[in-house]
Amino acid sequence: MNARALLTPRENTTQMRQMLPLLRGIPAGVPVKVAARHWKPAMSDITQGLLAAFTLIVTLDADLIEISLRSLYVTSSAVLIASVIGLPLGCWLALRRFRFRRATIAVLNALMGLPPVVVGLLVYLLLSRSGPFGVFGLLFTPAAMIIAQVIILTPLIASIAHQAIRDLWADYHDLLISLNTSRGQRMRTLLWDGRRALLTAALAGFGRGIGEVGAIMIVGGNIDHVTRVLTTAIALETGKGDFALALGLGFVLIGLAITVNLAIHRLTGTEVRGRW
Amino acid sequence: MVGSILPARLENVEVRRKSLRLLGPVSFTLVEHGITVIMGPNGAGKSTLLRALHGMERLSAGAIRWATDQQTAQQRQAFVFQTPTLMRRTVLDNVAYPLRLAGHTRKAARGKALALLSNVGLAERADVRASVLSGGERQKMALVRALARAPEVLFLDEACANLDGSATRDIEAILQAQAQQGTRLILTTHDIGQARRLADDVLFLHRGKLVEAGPAAAFFDAPQSRAARAYLNGDIVE
Repeated sequence: MNARALLTPRENTTQMRQMLPLLRGIPAGVPVKVAARHWKPAMSDITQGLLAAFTLIVTLDADLIEISLRSLYVTSSAVLIASVIGLPLGCWLALRRFRFRRATIAVLNALMGLPPVVVGLLVYLLLSRSGPFGVFGLLFTPAAMIIAQVIILTPLIASIAHQAIRDLWADYHDLLISLNTSRGQRMRTLLWDGRRALLTAALAGFGRGIGEVGAIMIVGGNIDHVTRVLTTAIALETGKGDFALALGLGFVLIGLAITVNLAIHRLTGTEVRGRW
Repeated sequence: MVGSILPARLENVEVRRKSLRLLGPVSFTLVEHGITVIMGPNGAGKSTLLRALHGMERLSAGAIRWATDQQTAQQRQAFVFQTPTLMRRTVLDNVAYPLRLAGHTRKAARGKALALLSNVGLAERADVRASVLSGGERQKMALVRALARAPEVLFLDEACANLDGSATRDIEAILQAQAQQGTRLILTTHDIGQARRLADDVLFLHRGKLVEAGPAAAFFDAPQSRAARAYLNGDIVE
């Protein structure tokens, strides 16, 4: 991997100079040596990526495991907190009739598409030294990344939960009214009986969180061994031109997302027995 | 057990949806004992009356006065819907649910639910999901669930519609046994045969109005109103 290749003048283009920050400032026409791992023909990028992913996994690369676990930790924590807020919120919105209910639901649905970068920026401003929560010193820590993801995931989880619970409530309405249930009992019943659909909501949140890069890059800072996660590492390696490593990390990320989904379905027995 | 929630007096009860009058004005007194069958053509307001009695319809006018306060009255009623609500649980947990709401422990509720289910021959289906039951079994389960809290008054809205003969017979047998034990039954039906088999007295509704009310024998032998005569003859009542 460390073999150095001499680039031909034809390849030594402006485009490449822009892609590789190190080369900027070197006049055109001057031949430069670039490490092979920084520049690979496009054809083999994907195979190289697969190979890199395979190598990283088989050798149990310590860095890979560290950033994968951090990815899992950050997103799982965010999903957990967002579910604790979002699931009852969605249920409550399905049950209660109040004046701005429709508007609230419309806003919630719109917030599903909240741009992570903007959330990251806002959280950054809130947590930065001069911001209102600066004293806690949370910026550039995993905690800041969790906070940002909670803000992104809560509307998504609440919105999907609301839709699922609304349908269930239509089914259960007459029975629960007839049985004289209290508001709390209705909430508990619907949350429990709708748990499969709510799991889907949480998994959708996980899917969005694990692949998210904009917010955690801003508030986490992609600091090695502190806040580097899979997505930020991929962004970094792509920027560095190490497409193989970036792709390798990408495949690990996809594999991780699939594994978590399968594991949770397996544990809860969803789709095993009939409709629910 | 405190005093009975019956008799219930209905005073000029009216239910409107927007400008449409679904029911009323209706006035009568629901006495303590027996099986009352509410009859009438589609859209006559049978279900609306039943739901109004159960407190599930907002009254546009008039009042329903139970012998006790509204809260107590509502707690001692149960309702069986035309299409049974299947909770996404096992049959046993469906039946145990009202008991859990009433504060029984999970174990006690399940034990009692199992006993109730075996009374109607559903014990071996206790552990399957409610959604796999047949139509007759579903309605039987809904009936058992409604009876779980031993209501004083039980409403049934077309509980045997879409059921075949044997399922209907089973349900009627349960209803008659309940009536023997002193449960007050109020049901709507389109099945004149069923009405004859079960009714102690009949309320006949037509276009939201109470056209006829009285003992079943007298009603079936000599209906007073033209609408009721036509209905019993199997003519189409406009």
